[in-house]
Amino acid sequence: MPESSSTEHAQEKAPDKAPEKELHIAVALDGAGWHPAAWRDLPDARTELFKARYWAGLVAEAERGLLDFVTFEDAFRLQSTLLDGLDGRGDQVRGRFDAVLLAARLAPLTSRIGLVPTAVTTHTEPFHVAIGIASLDHVSGGRAGWRPQVSARSTDAANIGRRDLPELTLEDVADLANLPQRVEDLFDEAADAVEVARRLWDSWEDDAEIRDVATGRFIDRDKLHYIDFTGPTFSVKGPSITPRSPQGQPVVAALAHDVVPYRLAARAADVVFVTPHGTEHVRSIITAVREAEAYVGREGRPLQVFADLVVFLDDEPGAAAARKTRLDELDGAELFSDALVFTGTPEELADLLLEWRAAGIEGYRLRPGALPYDLEGITRGLAPALRSRGAFRSAYEANTLRGLLGLPRPASRYATPEVVAS
Amino acid sequence: MSRPRKQVHLAAHFPGVNNTTVWADPRSKSQIDFSSFRHLAETAERGRFDFFFLAEGLRLRELKGRIHDLDVVGRPEALTVLAALAAVTDRLGLAGTVNATFNEPYELARRLATLDHLSAGRAAWNVVTTSDAFTGENFRRGGFLDRADRYTRAEEFVRLARELWDSWDADALPPGGEPDGGDLFVRPEGIRPVRFEGRHFSTSGVFNVPRSPQGRPVIIQAGDSDEGREFAAKTADVIFSRHGTLDSGKAFYADVKGRLARYGREPYQLKIMPAATFALGDTEEDAAENATHIRRQQVSPQTAIAFLEQVWGRDMSAYDPEGPLPDVDPDLSEGVWGGRVPLGDRVELAAKWRALAEEKKLSIRELVIEVTGRQSFIGTPETVAARIDEFVQADAADGFILVPHLTPGGLDDFVDRVVPLLQERGVFRTEYAGTTLRDHLGL
Repeated sequence: MPESSSTEHAQEKAPDKAPEKELHIAVALDGAGWHPAAWRDLPDARTELFKARYWAGLVAEAERGLLDFVTFEDAFRLQSTLLDGLDGRGDQVRGRFDAVLLAARLAPLTSRIGLVPTAVTTHTEPFHVAIGIASLDHVSGGRAGWRPQVSARSTDAANIGRRDLPELTLEDVADLANLPQRVEDLFDEAADAVEVARRLWDSWEDDAEIRDVATGRFIDRDKLHYIDFTGPTFSVKGPSITPRSPQGQPVVAALAHDVVPYRLAARAADVVFVTPHGTEHVRSIITAVREAEAYVGREGRPLQVFADLVVFLDDEPGAAAARKTRLDELDGAELFSDALVFTGTPEELADLLLEWRAAGIEGYRLRPGALPYDLEGITRGLAPALRSRGAFRSAYEANTLRGLLGLPRPASRYATPEVVAS
Repeated sequence: MSRPRKQVHLAAHFPGVNNTTVWADPRSKSQIDFSSFRHLAETAERGRFDFFFLAEGLRLRELKGRIHDLDVVGRPEALTVLAALAAVTDRLGLAGTVNATFNEPYELARRLATLDHLSAGRAAWNVVTTSDAFTGENFRRGGFLDRADRYTRAEEFVRLARELWDSWDADALPPGGEPDGGDLFVRPEGIRPVRFEGRHFSTSGVFNVPRSPQGRPVIIQAGDSDEGREFAAKTADVIFSRHGTLDSGKAFYADVKGRLARYGREPYQLKIMPAATFALGDTEEDAAENATHIRRQQVSPQTAIAFLEQVWGRDMSAYDPEGPLPDVDPDLSEGVWGGRVPLGDRVELAAKWRALAEEKKLSIRELVIEVTGRQSFIGTPETVAARIDEFVQADAADGFILVPHLTPGGLDDFVDRVVPLLQERGVFRTEYAGTTLRDHLGL
């Protein structure tokens, strides 16, 4: 029976929603995949992971699969199994590229898929990050996004050396709804960093460049704007040095696990990645996200809520679970993740994604357990399975990431609307 | 004389945000579209250039407290565009200016190491520092860096960046198939912790990018003061200099190369590459005419007035750019430019210009054209190739960083017409011999 019961269920429960709306599918790329032992199955992993061609192959596969976007992880520390501090282990992937530059390297090799790098807000200059993402938008012809990330760990802070942060302990993160004030402050700073970026992205109006030979003016300076941002940890004068980019506002997406990050997302982001572990959990998370939006007084479009899942996919029933078990044994521990770990067939995953869609999820950021294997499971197994149920695109419908996500291109906040003559 | 002929090194500077970049020409295209960067980079690679060069400016220039509107303005974050160019070029070095005042070493060292990996060994960093509070208004650090601290900060920055780049052994990632590499992705003992406590920076931790193809990306430096030269002699692989005449070039070259021994370095380890502009023609007369045409495009009537205002410190918009110079003296009460080093003694300069204009019967615009730089090389392709070769063989330079006046096609003629003549002379490569920028530069 091609029509899934969950879709009917959705129509019953939420008649005002459009259950036939297609899902957005993104893939989170990191190392050899999200299982720490996945590199063992990747030929020449130690050298390949640090070559452009490896990443080019992955993003090309994602684009062939018509996915909405890929994300790239980043951090100012060597990977570790410890919450804060190094573990000295050599049996897992260690070492990682700057995500914005990696995304830029892949932009000319692709034409439709969105590129969403992580950039930490805690230790970077908001001005640099803003022009980096705007430049990614220029080199990709309007396919840039940004995943701002907070870094509360002392390890990262000691590497950068600009600010001291105490060691992050299990106690600090035991109750995500009640983070220590110093951590909450970092989220506030992240919201400020995104606000600065958004103002800088708007600080050149679209028609600022005039090339007017008669007056000798290259720009109309009245269409460039100081942003005059002042906050507790930085102030930025503006305007940007980079002209307004193809999307105007690149897409901002934040991963969030509880109320403080939900509020950051509600203040700053277009898309929020959440980590539900079941359908009821989806509903409670969406309620919490909407409450966060009301709390911060979000205006305009509500957040698009994407669910994160770690996925192991095989066509043969049971094979994915067996594969994951084998990787767990190689690593010496069961895979731990903030997101639900799914093992199964592409059809089974499609069932789950549609069930959660009925509960309010609009898209997914899937974290392949092993690369490129589980990415191909997504592009060649899951995507056709969803398509056959009318839940995924059969061709790219837009040239920009905003377009793929159904977000219009906004006018600059500084542009004065045309006065209509009476 | 049996000395083998020195090889010329060439780089392509993406046209900058000042009046030397001509935008009021029908051939002038976008300063920000990726297609423009790509065109110039592909042209440079077709010409077997050593590297492509992107400048930086972190605050838009202002004149009299207002954003300057007469010149091309607007550019990308340099390393982001260079990473994208790595995808569409194969051998060309990729050099970006990044300010050491408004960055931290761990972050920038990572970005440069990433670019070096993603370009398979073609990354270069032009180290600059900014001391003005004007630019600082866009950054956390804010404020003012004491001029005296500029080089100590830059020197410490590069020292720490190199420690970070060197902290992963080349074989920290064991090659596949090695008996001891089977279970290890990385040998933990192949990564050394970095503990650095300096005046400007402190780092205590572990770098998180494996050693890159060049090991250390190429360091370029552009300062000309005594400290700048010393910094370059100690630290840099390439100097981007401004000494464009044969005599001043030779003096600079001898001075800087003479400082290298102090740091245990050989003359070949620091390449001196002045900025250079050019105007070509089929005959010498054509070239001279083309040069004049370009100069007039570079100095529009409005630009001539704005230029004068920098010296006079007054609103001069009422003056006719095609008329005589003002007879009033400069107003010295305030600085005029934001984001620019102030000009020297403005009263003296104004007097000198008035005298020159009177003597040669020059209008304001003609005077500005006269006193601002003419092209470094003007002539037929044969003349220009010979002149470049002469500079290099005479030890006035190791090569040039060419600054075209048009985006993005300003280098096309040079590559099509001058490069083959340099190759015929046997002083410029016909194919890349190596794959990395260090290979191209003989480092």
